[in-house]
Amino acid sequence: MTRVVVPIGPQHPALKEPVNFRVIADGERIVELELNLSYSHRGIEKAAEQRDFIRALPLIERVCGICSHSHTTAFSKGIEEIMGVEVPPRAQYIRTIIAELERMHSHLLWLGVAAHEVGFNTLFMWTWRDREAIQDTLEEMTGNRVHYIMNEVGGVRLDLSPLQVEAALVRLPVLEERIRAYVEMVEAEETMLTRFRGVGCLSRDEALCFGAVGPTARASGVDYDVRRDDPYLAYAEIPWNVVTDTNGDVYGRTRVRIGELGESLAMVRYCLEHLPDGPIRVSVPKTAPPGEILSRYEAPRGELVHFIRTNGTDRVERIDIRTPTLANWTSVAHCLIGRPLADVPVIVAAIDPCLSCTSRITVSNRGEDAASGTPPRTGWEG
Amino acid sequence: MADPLLLAAYILIFPGFLFLFAYSMVFEFLDRRIVARMQNRVGPPFFQPFADIVKTLGKEVIDPEGVDRPIFDAAPIVALAAVMTAFLYVPVIGASPLAFQGDLVLVLYLLTLPTLALMLLGWLSRNIYAAVGGVRAVTMLFIYEVPFFLALVMPTLMAGTWSVSEIMAWQKEHLWLAVLQPIAFVIALIGLQAKLERTPFDIPEAETEIVAGPWTELTGRRLALMHLANQSAAVAGSALIAAVFLGGPALPWASGSAVLDAIAGFLLFLAKTLAILLILATVRGATARIRLDQLNVIGWKYITTAALAQVAIVLVMNAWEVGA
Repeated sequence: MTRVVVPIGPQHPALKEPVNFRVIADGERIVELELNLSYSHRGIEKAAEQRDFIRALPLIERVCGICSHSHTTAFSKGIEEIMGVEVPPRAQYIRTIIAELERMHSHLLWLGVAAHEVGFNTLFMWTWRDREAIQDTLEEMTGNRVHYIMNEVGGVRLDLSPLQVEAALVRLPVLEERIRAYVEMVEAEETMLTRFRGVGCLSRDEALCFGAVGPTARASGVDYDVRRDDPYLAYAEIPWNVVTDTNGDVYGRTRVRIGELGESLAMVRYCLEHLPDGPIRVSVPKTAPPGEILSRYEAPRGELVHFIRTNGTDRVERIDIRTPTLANWTSVAHCLIGRPLADVPVIVAAIDPCLSCTSRITVSNRGEDAASGTPPRTGWEG
Repeated sequence: MADPLLLAAYILIFPGFLFLFAYSMVFEFLDRRIVARMQNRVGPPFFQPFADIVKTLGKEVIDPEGVDRPIFDAAPIVALAAVMTAFLYVPVIGASPLAFQGDLVLVLYLLTLPTLALMLLGWLSRNIYAAVGGVRAVTMLFIYEVPFFLALVMPTLMAGTWSVSEIMAWQKEHLWLAVLQPIAFVIALIGLQAKLERTPFDIPEAETEIVAGPWTELTGRRLALMHLANQSAAVAGSALIAAVFLGGPALPWASGSAVLDAIAGFLLFLAKTLAILLILATVRGATARIRLDQLNVIGWKYITTAALAQVAIVLVMNAWEVGA
């Protein structure tokens, strides 16, 4: 076959979210790749600037359907820092529990999706079944499975009763057992290994050069985790390790994520067992003093950044959200060149892309830049 | 079976076409059910495959723009007809009444036709996913067909006949060929899995890469017929392997009554084909899809080599008259 253009997306079974790759393939091998993001412009940043902090939080939560708690934590953490408010330890621990449960269900979801991309639907069904246990726990604690709305500026909305803590602790050994099974499976399942090993290779230097974050970077040996390097919530007090790997391929990313599953589980258990007493929130002033803050947060997919500027009113003057997926895109484009067509889904899935969260960023100056097709990295359109 | 009416009944009703369709539905149901149970799902109800066929048969047929309609319509029919014909030469309740020297070769070639039809469909669809899928289907054919053919003609080396029914009869007096030629048996199963384009060999219809491959533009009765051809090929292929390697429906002893023998043989046929289905379904549930270039390496480096090694072993066994 000669060169063919294979359009992948914005509607395609491999990617359930709107993104478009124009893959130019020579037979089965990819020679060129054009990436087209920004299909869904939701205007969430602009909308958040119109609301006061209390009403902005549920909106910020809806930036992402998986790392919903990540976004609200990053936002409320930033506002609290500008206000100079100290959040009580019990609230910090509860936030950490939710955050780590969220990481676990996100990683299990990812493992299933990655397996599905290489046609291994059995693992997909299994991980999504096990994910239910975590979502049940989250529902028990917060009342919701996806958008927990647990955060408030100044603390958390709901307290954990001893009964809830006990119910959550009962579920953990079962999950631990399942995670151990996945660790074994990833090392032993031959067909999956052939599809994961040596695919989407990213060296340490390349990962640093392209600014990869999260498990993608850690799988390439970049020892970097916001939770340890810029501690927030209760991470400085909990014993845990940053999981890294030196493989740099999809296999490495799988190992990092499965390793993090185990770490997260241990963190949840520690937090539940060592939950400090005290209030779950402090009352905060209605308005925030003028200020600018860069709130960093280690979301399941990598470092999430909220830039927040306040101007002394009860709402933010400007909020700019940089999702980890955006940071990882360039490394994906690099990984795909020269690979067989069959590797597209799994390499793309390996960064765990969350596209609608990323697509907020649009072209601001519609003049010459839009004509040349290079989207500048601005966010003024919200 | 000289009676033309009886022969017509054999071809059209049992164990011919009607039985083939009915059994392929059961096959598909069990296949989906087994995989569903492996995946901790409930799986479809018993009549689901039948309902699927009826539903798709009644759906609108959509022509892709600029498609060559006569060939596009004909390809699924040719594929189905080829599989149906192949099934007639495979023993179901005893030796096939149509058996002749060389029917094994005919069956093998007829079972290749659906893949070629699929390639044609992909090429005619005027759709990039279908075209890539079609090319993949035919590339894969070149990889698995050589070891598959080698594995299936090896019994002829030992049994000294080119007829499926006679190979089956030979095993009545000797051991099963699966025991005598275990490597060939395994390769035949791998080849069948690849021929039916099931995981880990579902490369031509890889959903997450090329949507549905050659199936992308198939609608209505074209889709239904192609699907039926694929399911029937699963039955015909399993029946062929059961006959050639597992002794098929041949009874080790005769009860004296032709009817009883036929019933017992049929039950044996069911047991053996379902056992093969169980293996195929388990493999489907337990593996990921491999890449075409990886299959190329595995197929030519290992599977074909193993098949050639089996040929050498069989020749040596023949010389020493092992199993004869």
